[in-house]
Amino acid sequence: MALRVLSPHGRPSLEDSYYMASQWQLMRAKFRKHKLARFSLVLLGVFYFVAIFSEFFATQGLTSYAAEYTNAPPSKVRFRDAEGNFHWRPFVYEVEKQRDPETLRKYYVENPDIRYPIYFFTSGEAYRMWGFIPGNVHLFTAKIKGGAEDGSDLLGPLFPIGTDLLGRDIYSRIIHGARISLSIGFVGVIISLVLGIIIGGISGYFGGWIDNAIQRLIEILRSFPSIPLWLALSAAIPPNIPPLRVYFFITIILSFLGWTGLARKVRSKFIALREEDYVMAAKVAGCSDFRIIRTHLVPGFFSYLIVDVSLSIPRMILSETSLSFLGLGIRSPITSWGVLLQEAQSVQNVALYPWLLTPVFAVIITVLAFNFLGDGLRDAADPYT
Amino acid sequence: MLQFIAKRFLIMIPTILVISFLAFWIIQLPPGDFLTSYVAQLEEMGDTIDPQVIENLREEYGLDDPFLVQYWKWISGIVFRGDFGYSFENNMRVSMLINERLYLTIIVSLFTMVFTYAVAIPIGIYSATHQYSIGDYTATFFGFVGMATPNFLLALVLMYVAFVWTGNSLVGLFSPEYIDAPWSWGKFVDMMKHILVPVVVIGTAGTAGLLRVMRGQLLDELRKQYVITARAKGVGERTLLWKYPVRASLNPIVSTIGWSLTGIFSGSTITAIVLNLPTQGPVMYNALKSQDMYLAGGFLFILAILTVVGTLISDILLAWLDPRIRVGKEA
Repeated sequence: MALRVLSPHGRPSLEDSYYMASQWQLMRAKFRKHKLARFSLVLLGVFYFVAIFSEFFATQGLTSYAAEYTNAPPSKVRFRDAEGNFHWRPFVYEVEKQRDPETLRKYYVENPDIRYPIYFFTSGEAYRMWGFIPGNVHLFTAKIKGGAEDGSDLLGPLFPIGTDLLGRDIYSRIIHGARISLSIGFVGVIISLVLGIIIGGISGYFGGWIDNAIQRLIEILRSFPSIPLWLALSAAIPPNIPPLRVYFFITIILSFLGWTGLARKVRSKFIALREEDYVMAAKVAGCSDFRIIRTHLVPGFFSYLIVDVSLSIPRMILSETSLSFLGLGIRSPITSWGVLLQEAQSVQNVALYPWLLTPVFAVIITVLAFNFLGDGLRDAADPYT
Repeated sequence: MLQFIAKRFLIMIPTILVISFLAFWIIQLPPGDFLTSYVAQLEEMGDTIDPQVIENLREEYGLDDPFLVQYWKWISGIVFRGDFGYSFENNMRVSMLINERLYLTIIVSLFTMVFTYAVAIPIGIYSATHQYSIGDYTATFFGFVGMATPNFLLALVLMYVAFVWTGNSLVGLFSPEYIDAPWSWGKFVDMMKHILVPVVVIGTAGTAGLLRVMRGQLLDELRKQYVITARAKGVGERTLLWKYPVRASLNPIVSTIGWSLTGIFSGSTITAIVLNLPTQGPVMYNALKSQDMYLAGGFLFILAILTVVGTLISDILLAWLDPRIRVGKEA
């Protein structure tokens, strides 16, 4: 029986459109069915957007601090003031530090005489976006317009998550840290991916002694337990180098083992695809090795690689967090989620100021979202089942 | 089979040699050495040392020798005398420190592994047989969260909870009175009390991963035709589950025991540092920070060998379970 492409009415039926759809269309349709993965994709999109424009979303700069508000709890955002009047514009009260005469522990009380309304898309602390575009617009700021003595705005204490022991706003620091934590996984995976495709491709395409040598190398590298090896390599980063170089070194260290897994996958796919007729046809037609790899082999397994990549990024993020947590990763002044958690290392601190632990949630949500995304992509990568 | 194992052993020897070389090279990477950081530390405290003394020490430890000579001294000591060198910071032989710490590392790892399998396999079976039930969704949810939470974060949270509830953060593996005591029944019981937190912390990620694998494998297996046939022939549901599908789905899990053991070794490092366990993690971390190179190198080397041995065990188990592998290698 001949394959019917069009329905009797001339319009493609539902079933026909399935057969006529391209592979990418099928993948998209399948991915769309995975609700959690779709949600994760949107969530990660938001996270990355915030990380890219972190100066705008944060209320405080990376190096600024408010010495009069150390270890302050999360600010209470109010609509109703002390007299019971309702305000459409949310506001925070001034808080003042008090000391318990018996335990000597500091605590904060609100002062209802000073009220800071919260404005959105408004000017606040000046910054340089990505280090060079000057600006001062923030997503939100609590301030009294023209309240300062020189007629400028008086910024108020709005700390959505609280502050650390230097008076730095943790919400702002999580957002600044997101730029490092989220990008390190991405950059690290891209380095691993390039290395993996090149080395795995060479290994799988040429075979013979090259293949053997590369496989032995991979086996040896994989024999090293990952975390102790990372610790050893990070300890080798010289202490007095600029933070940007530290960042660069850390990505290299994380990719040092990351590429081996990808290279193995690429190799096995290459070996499987190498025997396909269309590769033979390309060879007969006189294509160069490089051209065959680039136009015939790599697209053949790229969807599988994407799945692997989406599952490697969270692993890298976790590794960076662990290294920074131990003080062997990213160093201040730049910050990452691991650096923030390093400050939460002492249990006594956490017990007194539990909001120091909030970066934990940023890490967990990001890693979860990447895992769900990878799950959805895995289903989509093979749309014919 | 014997031939296969012998062959694998022969391949291990050059691998271990290359690993030892790489380990030594990595440990030598940081600029300077233990003596320079030691001298810097003393000078910071206001002490001065006679340069001649330092010179003598450098000579004694061979710190100015070319890299290959140093490596040869190190590896020949290990191979011929079982001597891993000297720990500058602890004023002890490295082999003694390794002995002291390694067996506790192995005890904690083995307990973690038993915990992982004992929790993951039954829940995985339940999840697969009750697919899409509330229990399955709960297990799946905790599985994903467990995989997403790094060990040390869990350690932090558990320490926090323990601190809030009991005022004691449950760190360490022994109560103070037992730390230096010889082994006794009391010490053993004390260790059992303390071991729960680290075992749960180290084991969670592995348990979560294993649970997913077990559930997926068993679901695949339950859909196979032999199960349908058996059910059609009137085999009881209990036999239908335990006789073949569970066993078949355990295959890939059993054969990766070696790898999961080494994963636990590696994963316990950071947890041990956070919880201050008397295992290899904290010692290695301090050694790396103070550039105590023979100590750090010794641990890195031992851990790498354990990984190689773990892989070997996995390979042998795989070959034993799946004849295609051993036949393929022999051909």
